[in-house]
Amino acid sequence: MIPEALAGKRLFITGSTGFLGTALVERLLREVPDAELTLLIRPGRRASAAQRARRELFRNDAFDRLRADRGAKEFEAELDRRVSVVGGDVSVDGLGLDEAGRAALAAADIVIHSAAAVSFDSPIDAAVEINLLGPSRIATVLNELGVAPHYIAVSTCYVAGSRRGNALEEPVDASPFYVDVNWRAEVAGARRARADADAQSRSAELLKRFRKDARTELGAAGGPLLAAKTEQLRQRWVDDRLIEAGRTRAASVGFPDAYAFTKALAEVALAETHGAVPTTIVRPSIIESALAEPVPGWIRGFRMAEPVIISYARGLLRDFPGVPEGVVDVIPVDLVVAAIVAVAAAEARDPRPDPTVAPPVFQVASGSANPLRYRRLVDLVSNWFSEHPLYDTMGQPIKVPQWSFPGRGRVEGQLRRTLKVVTKAENALNALPLRGRQAELAANLEEKRELAERAAGYVELYGKYAECEAIYGVGRLLELWEGLEPGDRQRFCFDPRVIAWDDYVRDVHLPSVVRNARVRTSPGPRGGETRTERLRRQVLHPDRHFAAFDLENTLIASNVVASYAWLASRHLEGRDRLRFVARTMAEGPSLLRLDMADRSDFLRYFYRRYKDAPVDELRIDSAEMLSELILTRSFPAALRRVREHRRIGHRTVLITGALDFVIEPLRPLFDDVVAAEMTVSAGRYTGELTGAPPTGESRAQALFDYAAEHGFDPAEAVAYADSTSDLPMLEAVGFPVAVNPETRLAALARKRGWLVEQFDRSPGFRHSLLPLAPPAPASAGTKSSPRT
Amino acid sequence: MAPRPGFVLEVDGSTPPILFHHGEGFRLEKLPAGRSRVIYPAEPLPGLKDPDGAIRHALEHPIDSEPLSALLFAGMKLTIAFDDISLPLPPMRRPDIRQRIIEAVLDTAAAAGVDDVEIIAALALHRRMTEAELRHAVGDRVYDAFAPSGKLYNHDAEDPEGMVILGTTPHGEDVQMNRRAAESDLLVYVNINLVSMDGGWKSTATGLSGYTALRHHHNVKTMQASKSFMDQHRSELHSSNWRMGKVIRQSGPKIFQIETTVNNNSFGTSGPLAFLQKREWEWSTKDRASFVAMQAGLKAMPSSARRKVFSSWEAPYELTSVQCGDVESVHKVTTEHVYRQHLVPVQGQTDILTMGLPYICPYNVNSIMNPILVMCLGLGYFFNLYRGRPLVREGGVLIMSHPTPWEFHPVHHPSYIDFFDQVLSDTTDPIEIEQRYEKSFAEDEWYRHLYRTSYAYHGVHPFYMWYWGSHALQHLGRVIVVGGDPRAVRRLGFMSASTLNDALEMASDVVGRHPTITHYHNPPVLMADVS
Repeated sequence: MIPEALAGKRLFITGSTGFLGTALVERLLREVPDAELTLLIRPGRRASAAQRARRELFRNDAFDRLRADRGAKEFEAELDRRVSVVGGDVSVDGLGLDEAGRAALAAADIVIHSAAAVSFDSPIDAAVEINLLGPSRIATVLNELGVAPHYIAVSTCYVAGSRRGNALEEPVDASPFYVDVNWRAEVAGARRARADADAQSRSAELLKRFRKDARTELGAAGGPLLAAKTEQLRQRWVDDRLIEAGRTRAASVGFPDAYAFTKALAEVALAETHGAVPTTIVRPSIIESALAEPVPGWIRGFRMAEPVIISYARGLLRDFPGVPEGVVDVIPVDLVVAAIVAVAAAEARDPRPDPTVAPPVFQVASGSANPLRYRRLVDLVSNWFSEHPLYDTMGQPIKVPQWSFPGRGRVEGQLRRTLKVVTKAENALNALPLRGRQAELAANLEEKRELAERAAGYVELYGKYAECEAIYGVGRLLELWEGLEPGDRQRFCFDPRVIAWDDYVRDVHLPSVVRNARVRTSPGPRGGETRTERLRRQVLHPDRHFAAFDLENTLIASNVVASYAWLASRHLEGRDRLRFVARTMAEGPSLLRLDMADRSDFLRYFYRRYKDAPVDELRIDSAEMLSELILTRSFPAALRRVREHRRIGHRTVLITGALDFVIEPLRPLFDDVVAAEMTVSAGRYTGELTGAPPTGESRAQALFDYAAEHGFDPAEAVAYADSTSDLPMLEAVGFPVAVNPETRLAALARKRGWLVEQFDRSPGFRHSLLPLAPPAPASAGTKSSPRT
Repeated sequence: MAPRPGFVLEVDGSTPPILFHHGEGFRLEKLPAGRSRVIYPAEPLPGLKDPDGAIRHALEHPIDSEPLSALLFAGMKLTIAFDDISLPLPPMRRPDIRQRIIEAVLDTAAAAGVDDVEIIAALALHRRMTEAELRHAVGDRVYDAFAPSGKLYNHDAEDPEGMVILGTTPHGEDVQMNRRAAESDLLVYVNINLVSMDGGWKSTATGLSGYTALRHHHNVKTMQASKSFMDQHRSELHSSNWRMGKVIRQSGPKIFQIETTVNNNSFGTSGPLAFLQKREWEWSTKDRASFVAMQAGLKAMPSSARRKVFSSWEAPYELTSVQCGDVESVHKVTTEHVYRQHLVPVQGQTDILTMGLPYICPYNVNSIMNPILVMCLGLGYFFNLYRGRPLVREGGVLIMSHPTPWEFHPVHHPSYIDFFDQVLSDTTDPIEIEQRYEKSFAEDEWYRHLYRTSYAYHGVHPFYMWYWGSHALQHLGRVIVVGGDPRAVRRLGFMSASTLNDALEMASDVVGRHPTITHYHNPPVLMADVS
């Protein structure tokens, strides 16, 4: 019996936070009560290995069943008793283990390596480090330690490459179709490709381009953010190069992608490096949701077929390549887990395999024993979504397209054309100075482009798998199955022949995919809370600490130029007024350019024209300007929101690059104000600022300073702003709100799930384009109706 | 020829279409013959030939009081308070009555050697008047002499230092007054009595008061018990103000009340808008032509331009009486003069009352008539312009015509915007509104700031607008707005119809297929004496 065979054994497992690894750990804990587990987990940037285990593994719903069976308390106790976690990383030599980690590995009776970069489009060097070298690194450490536990390496059926016909459970290089490749040369090549691409990315020409692209995406977001974005674009460019390098290299030697290619070389390498360690290779095909264990339909992550299926159900994939009579080799995750456990138990019971020959291979696949034809799968999916359609944002059911099984080239061409049209339209819209609702339309278009891009990506990545006509033999697997006792067969079923495909697809897999995809599955207007309502509720929750507000176009539809024009024209008459208007209009475009390039430079430059303005006069004029300019251009709903925050008990702060005397009349609206200030000399302004105006990154800094001063946590703060130049402030808080966002910010807000508010001016009130003050009364300095 | 009195026209087949005011525009509507009637106001009464002479005569021959000159003495503290921008409607041509009277009072004061004089716009919780508006009301001479030194200013009911409590009425009502006014040796109040609600103790007890006092009578209970608030003998609003007047008489300053009445010559007997004051069948060819031209012109304008055209109209009102002295004695005389111009006897009630609402009400001079003000003008002012019984029977239907745009003045009416968005979207029931929302708006610091330093109506003001209509809301079976923005009308809790005929159809399930219809014809304003 398997549980008995594994009783008292210590299993060392990698990749436990992955899809297969999670299911494996769960099954071992539940069905093999006397085995102990050691999990190798890579520490995260902010979380230790143990914390990651708790958060990313044991909180997964895979453990719901076990937790319910055992009781929450006993479950925790069992974890403490049976599971230990060590920090480490299979992508570095020596696995990054400390002494305790090495000791834990040395104490293992069985090592199961399931960590992998499963993405089909990883950069070639990442795929090489993790997939190709990972298994050998473990073998090397075991040999160094002088131990010989049973080592099970999880690979993939697709190491057989892009070919037709039978692919047997034999070493990769035993196949007549295998192109002999030196795996060490591939490792060196991949590392060199990284170094080359990296060097190339630092050329002046490319760096300029990244910087330009960063500015296009973020606008005048300030130095640090633009720098961060530029660097991100550079790294992305390098990664793209390496993804491309992986794809072409894999194709050149007959593999569908870098994943299959590096996995294949990993097996070749392992045959050389496993040395005295008795090793077995388990190759699953495409792993999908659970047939029965821990619960039918259990799945982790949004993986390969799932996004394709959802895109199809949303009507986005008008067509998909594939050979209708071909076999789609899918295997439920619980069958793979059971096979691994059975292999572990069998080898633990039998004398160990000979370490000098290539490791034996078990394939866990359905194609040869119980094939699912591609046409059947597509029909099942199509029929299911006709019966259970997804719904669009208007609550209308989405009709699924009928696929015609064209060649991949045709589908790709079609998607490329769509993408081109959408991208063109998007570029045109982005060039327009849009705001608010129009900007949201542009953001919609961006979303459309991304969907089209994603669809194209799916076709490119996964289309090959729908066209793959290899049949994976499972002779050795079934032999193992035949040898199992009836009790084991019941608890550890891995016989692919038990899958009733129609039932599995209709009743298990598709409901699970839809459930996990967070899509609309009911008609009509969405009941309950909309996304905006939920975000608004969070923003207005009493737990928030404070709310920071930008001024221009967030609270009022005005700007520093308008207030300057108003104040300056108040004491001008007749011809002077006309001259002033003409001059200001003429300057408009250059001011706008400067503003778009760098907000802080613009303000400094612009504020110089306040030089020699009398302080007292401006104070009086600003008070009038509140009624004449600022309030007439205010967004009543925005002012209401400020007060709503105060009512809830949040502190409110205005952080603006506008001058302090201009916003002075707005002070009572806020608890605090951070504004630009000018130095004063002999009762007149000097036109020079006392410090950096709070814009861009210094606005974020102002916010941090403010939070620190009041003992607040920025993560519990709300910030309202309208443009990408406010990104640093928006990113600084836990609850950013984009108000009447311009196109770029609208797109960013949508991507990041930020609350977007449309605040309008009071309807029915019109004002002129250039805001001029009515000439001040003759008795200047006297308010129209002064108070005592 | 003596001006013709107001009368009630029975509509028959030969009656031409009737003019309905419709905001900054007009509609001509054919009323069903045989069961409709139209109430027309009287023609303008003749004005006093020598207004300045009449004023000086009145100052020296007051009612139940010593002459003004006898009340003034050197070294005294004199305060002159005057009615604000909400009177008269539309604003009158220069010189404004207030200017004439204040100049006369100042001359008398100067002769008596009084040099401590302050002049206050008694605006209660209304918005502050702008410099231009103050100049219009008191004249440039007075303005330039007093404003620069801070001796002419707007009342500020939220100035913590500037208000005093004079006492409490037997009903427990606080009596509050502007400190300067309260601590003066003499308070001269300059009133314009456009409708019968104005004047009397309301001038000082309301005009120079604040929220602390106003909440005692500006509330749903008082307004629902005032039937109508235009009829001072049946108005709980007046009773409360008169009770407060007693406290002022005991503990407040000595008051010299100057009240005036004007005729109803709002749009002139000649000029571009003269046809508005004529009866439709008496329109000349020229009237018809100017009406058609005006309709076409207005149609071509954006709403802001239309607004500008209308709000620039100044009425050629003429003074019909001026009397001064003791508050209560003076007001009796004043009321008689008001009734002389306004009262039109009407026999019996009606099933459906129709009215055309103009572009202006007391609270949107030089501003925007927002939906809340539409409600207040129709259900507050026009509905209540009756004596005896309401023109429309209990459970009857009110049909009013106004574009009711979803528009607000961001400076003048900030709390209205929030009231409309937050309160009315929740409930339109005056009692619920009063209980759940009034306090938070009335005590809101931001509204307070805007009322005091900008040109905003007080935070609580939209509530008063709603309370003003609460008697009508209680009385009526249905309210239908013709030609309004359906969204805004629905927010008000009313029904929206695109034509008068549709509105009459919609009324039929409340008042049956053959209801009687009465049209309240304006301009100018009239008061129905319903028997």
